[in-house]
Amino acid sequence: MGDITFLILKRLGFGLMTLLIVSIVIFFAVELLPGDIAETVLGQAATAETVEAFRNKIGLNRPAFVRYFEWLSGAVTGDFGVSLVTDNPVGNAIAERLSNTLFLATYAAVIAVPVAIFLGILVALLRNTIFDRLTNIATLASISSPEFFVAYILIIYLSVKTGFFPPIANLSGNMSFPELLTRTFLPALTLVLVTTAHMMRMTRAAIINLLAEPYIEMARMKGVSRWKVIVRHTLPNAWAPIITVVALNMAYLITGVVLVEVVFVYPGIGQLLVDAVSKRDFPIVQACCLIFAATFILLNLAADVGAILSNPRLRNPK
Amino acid sequence: MTIDVFVYFAALALMLVLSVVKERRDLKTIWLFLLVGSILLLIFDKAYVVFTMITAAKVLAASMGAAFLFRLTLRHFVPADLVKEVVTLPLTAAFGLLVILITALTGIFAPWIAPFGEAEIVTSSFAPADQIHLLGSDQLGRDMFSRIVYGARNSVGLAFAATCLAFFVGASAGLMAAVKGGWFDQIAGRLADVIMSVPSLIFALLILSIFGTSIFVIILVAAAIYSPRVFRLARAVGRNTVVMEFIEAARLRGEGDWYLIRREILPNTTAPLIAELGLVFCYVFLLIAGLSFLGLGLQPPTADWGSMVRENAALISFGDVTPLIPASAIALLTISINFVVDWMLHRTSGLKE
Amino acid sequence: MSIENKTEFILEMRGLCVDGYSNEGWMPILKGIDLNLRRGEILGLIGESGAGKSTLGAAAMGYVRDGTRFASGSVNFDGIELTFATEAQKNALRGARIAYVAQSAAASFNPAHKLIDQHCEAPLQHRLRTKTAAQKDAIQLYEQLRLPNPKEIGFRYPHQVSGGQLQRAMTAMAMSCRPDLLIFDEPTTALDVTTQIDVLSAIRDIVRVYNTAAIYITHDLAVVAQMADRIKVLLRGKEIEEAPTRNMLLSPQEEYTKSLWAVRRFKSPSKPAPKEGEKSLVSLHNIHASYNKNDKIVDDVSFEIFKGMTVAVVGESGSGKSTIARVMTGLLPPDQGNVRRMDKPLPLHYKSRSREQLRQIQMIYQMADTALNPKIPVCEIIGRPAEFYSGLQGAELKGRVEELLELIELDPAEYYNRRPSELSGGQKQRIGIARALAADPEIIICDEITSALDQLVAEGILRLLDRLQRELNMTYMFITHDLATVRAIADFIVVMKDGKVIEKGTKEEVLRPPHHSYTELLLSSVPEMDPDWLSDLLKQRG
Repeated sequence: MGDITFLILKRLGFGLMTLLIVSIVIFFAVELLPGDIAETVLGQAATAETVEAFRNKIGLNRPAFVRYFEWLSGAVTGDFGVSLVTDNPVGNAIAERLSNTLFLATYAAVIAVPVAIFLGILVALLRNTIFDRLTNIATLASISSPEFFVAYILIIYLSVKTGFFPPIANLSGNMSFPELLTRTFLPALTLVLVTTAHMMRMTRAAIINLLAEPYIEMARMKGVSRWKVIVRHTLPNAWAPIITVVALNMAYLITGVVLVEVVFVYPGIGQLLVDAVSKRDFPIVQACCLIFAATFILLNLAADVGAILSNPRLRNPK
Repeated sequence: MTIDVFVYFAALALMLVLSVVKERRDLKTIWLFLLVGSILLLIFDKAYVVFTMITAAKVLAASMGAAFLFRLTLRHFVPADLVKEVVTLPLTAAFGLLVILITALTGIFAPWIAPFGEAEIVTSSFAPADQIHLLGSDQLGRDMFSRIVYGARNSVGLAFAATCLAFFVGASAGLMAAVKGGWFDQIAGRLADVIMSVPSLIFALLILSIFGTSIFVIILVAAAIYSPRVFRLARAVGRNTVVMEFIEAARLRGEGDWYLIRREILPNTTAPLIAELGLVFCYVFLLIAGLSFLGLGLQPPTADWGSMVRENAALISFGDVTPLIPASAIALLTISINFVVDWMLHRTSGLKE
Repeated sequence: MSIENKTEFILEMRGLCVDGYSNEGWMPILKGIDLNLRRGEILGLIGESGAGKSTLGAAAMGYVRDGTRFASGSVNFDGIELTFATEAQKNALRGARIAYVAQSAAASFNPAHKLIDQHCEAPLQHRLRTKTAAQKDAIQLYEQLRLPNPKEIGFRYPHQVSGGQLQRAMTAMAMSCRPDLLIFDEPTTALDVTTQIDVLSAIRDIVRVYNTAAIYITHDLAVVAQMADRIKVLLRGKEIEEAPTRNMLLSPQEEYTKSLWAVRRFKSPSKPAPKEGEKSLVSLHNIHASYNKNDKIVDDVSFEIFKGMTVAVVGESGSGKSTIARVMTGLLPPDQGNVRRMDKPLPLHYKSRSREQLRQIQMIYQMADTALNPKIPVCEIIGRPAEFYSGLQGAELKGRVEELLELIELDPAEYYNRRPSELSGGQKQRIGIARALAADPEIIICDEITSALDQLVAEGILRLLDRLQRELNMTYMFITHDLATVRAIADFIVVMKDGKVIEKGTKEEVLRPPHHSYTELLLSSVPEMDPDWLSDLLKQRG
């Protein structure tokens, strides 16, 4: 087991390193502002005194690396400083919205992942038939469409014209769970459509890549049926690419929701980020970016570890 | 409308008969499913679904017809050694090429094609489509058609510039890393890892919040975000070639890195690199469209497809499809490029699945 | 659908045609093959690449690979017509009554499952045994096939077992349902000669014990002579002739068969020994080399190469023979020792060598497919070294390329502008030779250059090299595992094992007894065209 533990530890260490570098990038990018935060926020009309007072208030006069370590150690405990616009702690603003975003992402993932893998296997089995070609066209179209296009089409057909689901996903505290699911169905469905297509194509490709392997022919020569060949002989060797693409899409669900949240006016972290960007509320922008980047890195890390663990050669060394 | 329905059912029945005669079981299933489904929908009083399907069928038939005609025409305009490629071109790829060609021409000749100026207010806001304003007007009363035409120049041109930059930086660094290896490969690889470990839209938002939304910044950001992708691909296909013995032979001959890249590696990597160019363009285009949709891309009054969706979004709740026009222009172009890329990848993979 | 009609034959083919799909559409691969196989009989199928032997082997199971199809004719297995049978009917036969042993065992075992689980898959699938019974039977078969540790070996994963053992495990897997017919598709081609003996004898014994009929496909005449009762010779999808093994070996009827049989007779006439005190052209002195420091690949190797001579470095896989070539060319600088030319040390790394020094040592590779850039036309592949080293331009360069093409016996008018994909394997290898010659080198290193080629083509290449050596006074270093090649062309022989030189000397010294024990093992393991060779050898070795 020496090899595999070492590989995983190495990957973990590398993930942490990346996260650290990314946090540095996020923090110091703001330092690159022409002028500084105070001047940018207060604008050109502000007098020198007010700018100076603002600098003191947010502690801008201390060296950048001191502020960086304060920010980072605060971030680890969920304290991201104070909003420049509302003076409220950033952590509070984010907490609730983050859970909303996580809910939406989980909702979509629970539907998308099993459906995508199942359909991917099915299409691999039906390869070169007309179904395969139609699916190819449909998934290509789905991948290449912008999220807001899919979202608006869903709104027109499933909400405005038929009234099946509400077009806007505003939440309130005292909703029952089924009502919550109905309210958030359209944003979740948009995400499902966009991610399923990608995962499906990759599952199909991962399986078809392996069909040329001699051991697959060997299995066929043993009289194993087509379906069993795929499930028993191809799938165990296809997990690594499938896990990678699933993780990639999970990461996408959590980060790429920004557009979907804006379309459906969903109170998630993506909306918060977009608002903060247009208001130039930097502590919120930095906090959101760090959370998104951390999620992204962690999911990629999980994918790599999963891929290592699914490799029989690594799992059972000589 | 009744004629449409009649033609629709007649066509379905004809296709069903044809697929039975030709013993195509898979096709038969599909036509049967469509025919029975449509009849059931009519019986259960869901005619509007059937009408939607008829419209979709019309659009599909028109696209296929256009693609078919385009393929027929194209074979007379290509050099002799490409005729075989054109004849065997799948309809999806032909359709993709056609759309790309039309978009490019529209972008280049926008001022001559558009009947009105891009920021010119010519009628009342949200005017419906008529003979003069082919697609109606937007929230300020500007001609929608003219803005779509100008958008082909602005949105596509911007994305194209960013793509070229990303591609140039990524591909040259990637091929260099493949040939040189060592510290250059290590450093460039780590840098790519770091950039790629921040989600693209988030990275763009961070930078734009700091530097503002000028065209220059947008191009640089998009190029910075997607050049690591090109780098990884160029490095991977470059390495696949570098391990070949003909490279070893050339190295032992004493050839320099530049010769290796130019004469030995590039000819073997052009196909995947061109396919990647198409994909990266799609990503860049979608990213910039997304930014514009959020109000952080090209600033008004410049006509831009992403911003146009945002500006007219309110109409959606009235069931008006105006915001879908620029959105579908975006989708149509990216889908078309993906169709062409898919065909190229399939052709060069040499896999007979 | 199936016509039940028992005959004395377990397998009968009548006028079988199989088509394969290529750029030009459907082209025939098999053009009307007739075949009869009695129960318990072994038929050897012989042919060069492209003869369709592998397609024929698959067709015997009613199997057509992707991109191929049955065109006409019949395949009748014990009264069941396989060309008409449904997928379910064929699946019921495959693994149970007809089983398959593939060429590459390492690639044909699924890396995700243990050997014994893959072994038991067929008996469980066909409901012939329970899992425990199947496992017990597997262990018994492993024992019969003389696998080490038969009780445990099945519980390992494929990558944990060596190539020769995997090949025997695959034969055991094929026997798991005690089939009536076995198809062996080049089962020992990828193995070293000393391992091949073990696998051949194990296969032969198990087939005899269970009296299983078999089709044994190979390109190696000597191997098929050991295994088969009858031999059928194929050429481009057609049968050339068929006869019992002994008759076929003693008196082949057809010209093509005779030419196949004659291949191994080529011998380069011996050359005068170098004069006393002549300086060696290139010499290696106490070379130690490794890819990472812990893992020594080459261990204290020294030998000399004289002008106009051919030195053959012989050894099995892992002996370090190819690493020697990498050290000489400077691709892998040795940890210790040096390489000298005319007694002057050469820089160890190729990047430190001058253009002139690089020109003097040229290489030809095993796989002509990866050795020639597929996107560059022949004229540039050959022309570039001439341009690079001698600065030839325009008409002069063209003249030189044409001269080189004539030297390798290819018509310049026809081949000047071709790309490698438009050439056959032998022609590609000739272009590789021309590229080496274009540099006007002193020595050419030939790394297994004939092992990917058919025997007739390989012989052509060896004759060409021999002719060039005489005309141009060229020096060669041959790296090979094939003792037939060594016998044909070498003047000096260096025998290597595990990175060390076991024995070195002139051809006469090394090949004439008494031998070093490893050289003896190596020499005696090369199959001979005598049906009794394997039995005699096993008796001799006890």
